[in-house]
Amino acid sequence: MLGVQLAALQGETPAGCAAALDLVDGFDQALEHGFARLGEERAQAVVALAAALAGSPLGERAAEAAAKVATGVITEDHLLVLAGARTAVLGAVHDALLATADAALGRTRATWPGQTQAASASSAGVASWLAELAITGWRGVDHDLVSAASQPIEAVLGDPATRGLAVLLDGFAAELHASCPIGTMPEIPARRWGDLWARAMLLTRGEPAAQATPVTGRLLPLGVDVHEHATAVQAQLHAVLERPGGERELVRASVVAAKVDTITGPAVWRLFGAYPSLLAAMAEHRAVELSDMPLTPAGDLLWDESLAKPGDPADPFATARVLLAESQSPPTPPLHRHPVRLAEPVLVEGYTGDGRTLRLDGYEIPLTAPPATGPVTTPLVKASKSCVALLCWDDGRWMLRPLAVQGKKGAHNGEWALATDAKIAKAGEAVGVLRERAGRLLRK
Amino acid sequence: MFQQSSTARVVSPVQPRKLAKVPFVEMADGRLQGVVSSGSDIERVYVSSISAGTHGFSCSTNNNRPCGGLYGSPCKHLRSLVAEAVLQYGAERVARYLRVEAGPDDDLLSCLNGSVEATPAAAVFSRFLRHLAYLELPVTATGAAEMHWFPATGVR
Repeated sequence: MLGVQLAALQGETPAGCAAALDLVDGFDQALEHGFARLGEERAQAVVALAAALAGSPLGERAAEAAAKVATGVITEDHLLVLAGARTAVLGAVHDALLATADAALGRTRATWPGQTQAASASSAGVASWLAELAITGWRGVDHDLVSAASQPIEAVLGDPATRGLAVLLDGFAAELHASCPIGTMPEIPARRWGDLWARAMLLTRGEPAAQATPVTGRLLPLGVDVHEHATAVQAQLHAVLERPGGERELVRASVVAAKVDTITGPAVWRLFGAYPSLLAAMAEHRAVELSDMPLTPAGDLLWDESLAKPGDPADPFATARVLLAESQSPPTPPLHRHPVRLAEPVLVEGYTGDGRTLRLDGYEIPLTAPPATGPVTTPLVKASKSCVALLCWDDGRWMLRPLAVQGKKGAHNGEWALATDAKIAKAGEAVGVLRERAGRLLRK
Repeated sequence: MFQQSSTARVVSPVQPRKLAKVPFVEMADGRLQGVVSSGSDIERVYVSSISAGTHGFSCSTNNNRPCGGLYGSPCKHLRSLVAEAVLQYGAERVARYLRVEAGPDDDLLSCLNGSVEATPAAAVFSRFLRHLAYLELPVTATGAAEMHWFPATGVR
């Protein structure tokens, strides 16, 4: 990424974004205080959000739901439609921001094939809990209401088809628990909880399954992004896929494990032991030969170890320098379009900064703190000259999440994935201890 | 701004620690509670807890046999529980939860003024089993888009 690209990115917020986010904030006020106590002003905010969808397929239903809710008739279905309306508005913000990023970076992006498939699962228990939350409002949520989620969460955790919903709810409920009594919190994370609520609400109707097609080619790693909360962790490899015909595209390979809060930092890698080839790509940046590996239209490889053969190490910085700009980017599935999903791999070189903000040709962009699961640290970022990072957007601004740095001392987020270092291997013992306890105590 | 951030940090992550002696510690249901592995019998665990506010404490095996070391004052299992809780959450958070008035260098346990109380062993033990059950869930390679709301960020 060049200074001029950064300038283009930050130059002007796409038209309509601010107004769209205002509508979301208005709706989030209703969630904060509860639909049972809507009042004139917040009822209008809900109606305004729905009105933004006029002319879209959801418009009529959204308007009807908002009108009903404004008069105190609150049903699960109405709330579901309104969750959909909020999601659609943020989806539009996502699309505008992504278009800005693509224009600034000169990226080409495949279009979504438009496939839709009937949703697979549903969870009535979760939906009614979420409705209860919305009726009560964040400020009224207490331990009893949060605890009522345990049963429905347990039900969805057991089913692989609802795993996304389960990890979302588990993280969400833990935050609500930790924040009780919420009524006395000085500030409510209204956008965040609104997001989690709306996403969960939609997922209670299941998620269209991804239709993957087999791909063959060489996978060249760029870097590893890690997502974590107390009971789940996801390691996501960003990479360039080179097809036999020479076409190149950006793809991801992700593994998700359930865990507990005390398994954190470098210990999490031990959970992914069943994926040695993927871990080799993450830790040693090995190129991987894929044969008929399923790839979704969203650019997600559905990793199968038997279809992957790790080869020689391939320097991610070389891949980024030579191939990144000309690789095609994947589209985001309609239901996933939300600014939080923006994560575009970029290469940045020749910058200065303090490790928290990066300066390039007179322009600045904030950096997020590197995860504790890898060796990249803020001082290393500060001392670095080049980095592979994800371009993200949150809280009204663009930022970079470093995946790998190069300088006097280089480091990569995925470097500890194979735990070849004795200290890192020791951290992984936490997993062994708990597995032993589980083996002894759970099956009694 | 915290209110308009989709990735606002709401809970502070816990610190990793060795789990061999005390595999489970939590602050929940108005108690600091957890499970301490027996030093002598690999099959046995103790369930120890301290109530917030009253500081009433208890310790028994998971089969509800009272801990032999508990004579009106905290046993070694409770001592381990508090020490590991401090590693996991930090002394300040533990003291705040238990509502203990303690300076940063004080031994938390010696600042407690409660007495032995009835044991919630069964409830705590079943929470521990539920905790362990997470490790039994299969790892999946389909990805969870929802995890984008939970970026891992270090404190370094």
